[in-house]
Amino acid sequence: MKGADTLVALGVQFTALSLVAFGGANAVIPEMHHQAVEVRHWMTDQDFTALFAIAQAAPGPNFLVSTLIGWKAAGLPGALVATAAMCGPSCLLTFWVARAWDKYRETAWRAAIGAGLAPVTVGFVCSSAFVLVRAADTGWKLAVVTAASAAVAYFTKLNPLWCLAAAGALGVLGALG
Amino acid sequence: MNEPAAPPTPWALFVTFFTIAISGFGGTLPFARRTLVERRAWLTPQDFTETLSLCQTLPGPNIVNMSIVIGARACRWRGSAAAAVGLVAAPVIIVITLGMLYSRYGALEMVRHALLGLGAAASGLIVATAARMAAPLLLSRPWLAGPFILAAFTAVALLRLPLPYVLLALGPLSIAAAWSWRRRRA
Repeated sequence: MKGADTLVALGVQFTALSLVAFGGANAVIPEMHHQAVEVRHWMTDQDFTALFAIAQAAPGPNFLVSTLIGWKAAGLPGALVATAAMCGPSCLLTFWVARAWDKYRETAWRAAIGAGLAPVTVGFVCSSAFVLVRAADTGWKLAVVTAASAAVAYFTKLNPLWCLAAAGALGVLGALG
Repeated sequence: MNEPAAPPTPWALFVTFFTIAISGFGGTLPFARRTLVERRAWLTPQDFTETLSLCQTLPGPNIVNMSIVIGARACRWRGSAAAAVGLVAAPVIIVITLGMLYSRYGALEMVRHALLGLGAAASGLIVATAARMAAPLLLSRPWLAGPFILAAFTAVALLRLPLPYVLLALGPLSIAAAWSWRRRRA
């Protein structure tokens, strides 16, 4: 049964990603993209970019892109499986660690784990940016939009929704096609 | 306002995190802080910072981890479940609705063009996120962080190695480097 296979694949993939997604889904975009577009052919590059953008525009935590990948791959059951697999394992780990946390609050090794994971995670988020930019910017006008949005988000405290709204409006007006 | 209030009930946890989720357009953390520390007074500012740093050390979105930790402190697993479900429920329903609209209208010329623009801007936001995360590390300890950022980027973005394995290989090395650096400074 193809549907069940897809659900199992979603469950396995997002369970694995859940436990390595330090800082959340933004760190594991390359792996999601690779699986969804290149290995499983659940969607095109353009779908992936659109779903990522929708997840960014929606309120809530950044794991929502996995909900949408599940949706695109296998409808409502896919969305629920992907969401549960992406959130469940990290939540259980957090629950378990939080109980022991007070004991180890001041220990040096905890600080070392945090300090050591940070640069690797940053490298992953840079990879996510690389993968997304390459998938999204199919023309020079879109590349300009990406650069402008990056600059506004980096240098100002403006709510990022304004960047999304402005770029969406430019698209509707036909300025980017 | 500085004294933590009485431990919240599961229902209060559910409602509070539900509110945080739907108010958090464009980033939930600032709103979470305002609600948990200032409005509800469940956490002191210092508690909030410490809890956040724990949540950042663990995998998963920080705000989801935070709901688990705060829920667990108030009423163990029932608190965690109430807070996490409250946080996740509305956003999941909203994006599934948006996903349905995308399936239905995504091929329309106007929608397609709007999404091209949205996608380009959204990827720009992640570029900015990456830069904001990298900047303090590169400024404070460039020789320690720089090589690991570069190695992780090369492995995942350029060589396209599977991310979990890259983490398993680079994580321990980077932690060991951070450990010895701390000891030398101590």
